[in-house]
Amino acid sequence: MSERCAVIGVGQTHHKAKRDDISIAGLVREAAKAALEDAELTWADIDAVVIGKAPDMFEGNMMPEIYLAPALGAVGKPMIRVHTAGSVGGSTSIVAAHLIRSGAHKRVLTVAYEKQSDSDAMWALSVPQPFAAPLLAGAGGYFAPHIRAYMRRSGAPDHIGRMVAVKDRQNAMRNPYAHLHLADISMEMVEESMMLWDPLRYLEACPSSDGAAAMVLAAEDSISGRYPPAWVHGMAMRSEPTMFAGRDQVNPQAGRDCAADVYAQAGVTDPRKDFDVAEVYVPFSWYEPMWLENLGFCDLGDGWKLTESGATAFDGDIPWNTSGGVLSSNPIGASGMLRFLEVAMQVRGQAGEHQVDGARLALGQAYGGGSQFFSMWVVGSEKP
Amino acid sequence: MSPARTIRPVSVASFAQARNVRRDDEHNEVEMLMPVVAEVFGNISITKDDVDFICSGSTDYLIGGPFSFVMALDAVGVWPPRSESHVEMDGAWALYEAWTLLQEGEIDAALVYAFGRSSLGDLNEILALQLDPYYEAPLWPDPTSLAALQAQALIDAGKATEADFAAIASRSRKSALENPNAQVAIDIAPEVLLEDPYVVTPLRRHALPPITDAVAAVVLAAGDKAIEWAGRRGRKPVWITGMDHRMETHSLGARDLTVSPSTAKAAEMAGVGGGPVDVAEIHAPFASQEVIVAEALGLGGDTTINPSGGPLAANGVMSAGLIRIGEAAEAIATGRARRAVAHATSGPCLQQNLVCVLEGEA
Repeated sequence: MSERCAVIGVGQTHHKAKRDDISIAGLVREAAKAALEDAELTWADIDAVVIGKAPDMFEGNMMPEIYLAPALGAVGKPMIRVHTAGSVGGSTSIVAAHLIRSGAHKRVLTVAYEKQSDSDAMWALSVPQPFAAPLLAGAGGYFAPHIRAYMRRSGAPDHIGRMVAVKDRQNAMRNPYAHLHLADISMEMVEESMMLWDPLRYLEACPSSDGAAAMVLAAEDSISGRYPPAWVHGMAMRSEPTMFAGRDQVNPQAGRDCAADVYAQAGVTDPRKDFDVAEVYVPFSWYEPMWLENLGFCDLGDGWKLTESGATAFDGDIPWNTSGGVLSSNPIGASGMLRFLEVAMQVRGQAGEHQVDGARLALGQAYGGGSQFFSMWVVGSEKP
Repeated sequence: MSPARTIRPVSVASFAQARNVRRDDEHNEVEMLMPVVAEVFGNISITKDDVDFICSGSTDYLIGGPFSFVMALDAVGVWPPRSESHVEMDGAWALYEAWTLLQEGEIDAALVYAFGRSSLGDLNEILALQLDPYYEAPLWPDPTSLAALQAQALIDAGKATEADFAAIASRSRKSALENPNAQVAIDIAPEVLLEDPYVVTPLRRHALPPITDAVAAVVLAAGDKAIEWAGRRGRKPVWITGMDHRMETHSLGARDLTVSPSTAKAAEMAGVGGGPVDVAEIHAPFASQEVIVAEALGLGGDTTINPSGGPLAANGVMSAGLIRIGEAAEAIATGRARRAVAHATSGPCLQQNLVCVLEGEA
């Protein structure tokens, strides 16, 4: 039977455009050490390590778990490397949680990272492949047409994207680890920034960051740490193909199915009401209203109205991306884990300036590929 | 973690692989996988709707582009959407992830697959990029040279001779004559092989694995499905009774290259010593490495090693480990073994190792 699993320690780096003070090994170790300290454990207490990151070509280091094993205290232990595109940080957390739930291990360290300054993600994403649509403009160029399709379908006004860009950067001012701290962010500033991929302007896109995230997960009989555990109430992954006729890339079936699965596990029937906070992978501003609908926080076509009403703001009834989100820190491989980690911080009550008062149940979501890979978990302050 | 923990019996319900070849120029990864996925389901008359989880193993560096696993999913056709995951590791670790999920008792069947076309690039350059990117990779040490260091250490320690390597290569490629999927199958005496030139001293050409394009797939099943699906072929289930994997440090200078403590630890945790081992399928790409793994597994003279021919007969990068598990399961299912051990490795000089113990029913 399945064991209960909880997050008992979290750690992250200070995310920056260039962490040239530190190697890749140093980067992951900084996050892992912080997570161990938060769990009040040492390297010796860890039974297994699960590491995730986006494509190896982003740093030019093939299967980096081979090189990073000693830096993460994995020598003599099982170590697994997960790669599921942009959702990888979430999937990595889920694979680690399965190691606990299956009874295989008592305490698992899970780490995700990207050191984008060591290479060029735009180049790595743009290698031509036979019979595949070229991604010459990177992820933003791929997603911009989907955003335009959303705007057309929903009739959303232009300023919604700018509102999300401002809101998430304001939230980031509360998070000392965030990459972007734009104190004077405003609608005008976003509107005046360069158009990158119509309708996305520069300030409506995520930054390119160096950073790592880490968590210690534990079985029910192995709880420790400075803060109460964040119990895993549900977790799920879903994938669908990149291309086929009739696929809805604006509101992907895999996202809806994944949410339905994780809500059923956690007993969530009305996500807007049942969750106190959500961290959702929004690398481009418009993905907030799009995912509000995909995740069932409102009816189809109403996502932008929820954003416009301020419901998802820090003081709204369902705050989204209190950490500042992917729009404020984007170490790609770690971006999904940062979502999962932030909601654990919220229900453990350790989020400091970005703490939502009394947060008890929260949703973390990550997506990747061409909006086709989804990973989600629900964590709560109470035992499931 | 305790070796005594209760393991949910999970069976290797079906295994399929493409014929391992030096170069498949006519098919991309999806086209190579499609017939193998069809076969692995067809063997036991199931469809993709009968599996609850999918996990794959591959590396972007073989194809030279990001997200190579993404398009590969088309070989299965994940519509409606599926619960699916991917490891950037040999498919043996994908199988481990799926096995872990099956341990929780909430799902009963999973598809695992692996693919890799080594012919697309230069493996000596590609695998050098696995090394420490600051201090080692810039020197481009190739895997053959690193394996040669290990082989020389074995010779220096008095644990093996070049004749032992030739004997292993000769036996492997002779065994491969019985394996229609093997790439290099030939009966050549060790004395003849010892006339091969050195590639990197002390490794002669025969001690190196072939370069292989390969794909493979396995269906895992638990509970009633395991029994029913085996029965559809008139077989009894082949059960995984233990599985574990362990990592060693990356710095070659900090390791004793003549031993494999990670294999020994994984073997202990997987329970290899709990009974006789009739067949061992060992993923030792270089002949010299088989000596090290066989010792770490604690194998005696009664064990038949690599009846499939092993990686010296076909070494698909990212699939060779999964194929070891599949071949070991087939050896049991076809009555050639009662209990078998499969091994998979990753990294330079056997840095990371996985051990899987399989048993049939009496």
